[in-house]
Amino acid sequence: MRRSDPSPSMATFSTSPVIASGQSLPSTSPTIDIRAIVRRHGSVAAVDHVSFQVQRGEFFSILGPSGAGKTSVLRMVAGFEDPDEGDVLIDGRSMLGVPPNRRPVNLVFQSYALFPHLTVSENVAFGLRMRRVPGALIDQQVQQALSMVKLIGKEARKPAQLSGGEQQRVALARALVNKPAVVLLDEPLAALDQQLRQAMQVELKSIQEQAGLTCVCVTHHQEEAMMMSDRIAVMHQGRMWQVGTPREVYENPRTLFVSRFLGVSNELPGRLGEVVREAQLFHPADDRLPGFPVRTGPGEVPGRPATWSLRPEQLRMSSERPSVQDPVLPGVIEKVLFAGSETKYLIRVGREHLWEARATGAMQPSFASGDPVFLQWALADGRVFFE
Amino acid sequence: MKQRSVGLKAVSLLSMLFLYGPIVVLVLYSFNAAHLSMAWRGATLKWYAALVHDEALLAATANSLFIALVSTIGATGLGGLIALGMEQMSHRRQQLLEGSLVLPLVIPEVMMGVALMLLFVMFKMPLGLTTVILGHIVFNIPLVTIMIRTRLRKLDPLLREAAADLGADSWQVFRYVSLPLLRPAIWGAVLVAFTVSLDDFLVTFFTAGPGATTLPLKVYSMIKSGVTPEINALSALLLVVSMMCVAGSLYLQRREV
Repeated sequence: MRRSDPSPSMATFSTSPVIASGQSLPSTSPTIDIRAIVRRHGSVAAVDHVSFQVQRGEFFSILGPSGAGKTSVLRMVAGFEDPDEGDVLIDGRSMLGVPPNRRPVNLVFQSYALFPHLTVSENVAFGLRMRRVPGALIDQQVQQALSMVKLIGKEARKPAQLSGGEQQRVALARALVNKPAVVLLDEPLAALDQQLRQAMQVELKSIQEQAGLTCVCVTHHQEEAMMMSDRIAVMHQGRMWQVGTPREVYENPRTLFVSRFLGVSNELPGRLGEVVREAQLFHPADDRLPGFPVRTGPGEVPGRPATWSLRPEQLRMSSERPSVQDPVLPGVIEKVLFAGSETKYLIRVGREHLWEARATGAMQPSFASGDPVFLQWALADGRVFFE
Repeated sequence: MKQRSVGLKAVSLLSMLFLYGPIVVLVLYSFNAAHLSMAWRGATLKWYAALVHDEALLAATANSLFIALVSTIGATGLGGLIALGMEQMSHRRQQLLEGSLVLPLVIPEVMMGVALMLLFVMFKMPLGLTTVILGHIVFNIPLVTIMIRTRLRKLDPLLREAAADLGADSWQVFRYVSLPLLRPAIWGAVLVAFTVSLDDFLVTFFTAGPGATTLPLKVYSMIKSGVTPEINALSALLLVVSMMCVAGSLYLQRREV
């Protein structure tokens, strides 16, 4: 019953291994080593044989939609839940049966869970006080942590007197003051508004780098995960589908789900055709559309059903049929969405497919809705996924 | 629209009058100079002064305060522990226990008084201060448990997780997180339990023996020989103390941490 292979469908031209090494770090043993953990709720496996490793100083994100099981993974690392199978190792030590208060990790809660009856500095000092660190040392380390998150001068406030962003900083300081082996972040920025969220992404990342923190972050926000992480693990239905650097996962998604979850995926269902030179023909299910060449792995059987996908920024638009030898499809502009720094075009392709293309800054070609366009892309950019 | 609100005001005014009218009259006549008369003969404080010189009354006051104090401490301790213990139980058991906790609040107090008296007699306990205190603890436990439990359920369970995550063992979680956050509810429960104990008549009536006369019992025995302004004065004082306790309790329960 063991299903440790997290790739039920095959990637066509990804050559990276399942566990990519990411920014190769010098450290020899991983700080966190998760070995095939399973967590069941009744007969359903909320977490299904998940394995990953996090190196010292790495920012590792678990990305997935709600209900993917990612928070459950985090809680098993923190010690609030124990896995039904598998093992959780921190700094080489098995954490099975070790209660949360004896684990060298600290969790930043999504709702922050600040102690409402304590001041900012008492909140931050809490972990040190529980470990009976001498008072003078506590004061010094609390000051240090507060200056790192830029909260000097707010020591005496109660959490209720702080803004959302400030509460977030207190929660962060309260965790990192303990110098844990790993800081666990549960949707750290989800409660902040858009602008603050973007500012905190940058700040959180720089604090992490400055303090050399090892972080495991759970989020459903793909942009957040890509901007902050050294590596991303995409989780869905209790399983990890792909682990890699943000670029690897975005550019070489191994499954259609990963492709869709990490960004806009322009798709066409269809089947593979005959091999032409170094490429293979792809016949869209929509018979109004002509076949076009795609890259596949060696020896793919013609006739196999597949879905072809392309990122919006890889799509070029022109009003004249281009002469270059790249694949080309006709379409009709359906909607033009001006979003300031870029313009989004929704383009009808064939009968029922709505694709997205983007144009930025000075290169914005002026198309209006109803205009016929030719869509073109580099052969190597398109990806084929099998069911 | 205007008319309706006038009607509403009239009704609420009448209800208030109905509720508080008798009490206002009682307090007012505690200042009446006339003895054994409903006619107003000018204001005086002599009835209050007379209370202080009544030896029996002072003894009853001492009994009342002692009983209220000890039974409040007992009921708060036991009730608080029950509230905390219930958190660890399964949902079904919690409901079951909650039901049995509410029961003493709805059964007629006379029955409770008689039942307690029979129990004490059965165990051959001489009726006195001890039995009164035990009786008061019994009817105050449900009150305390329910009040503390209400607050406990409003506490964010993540706070306890956060404390544990920061290295606190279960005692430290209780000592530094749960207890401070429960403190207003605990003091609120203390004040209510104290008031209810101070004011109780029925249970006290059945469980008190010689030498355990409390203020309400004293008032009752004084009334047998006619309503005197002295009784009014005593009642007014009891009323003031009770209302202050209840107001304090309400304030504590509403206050955020």
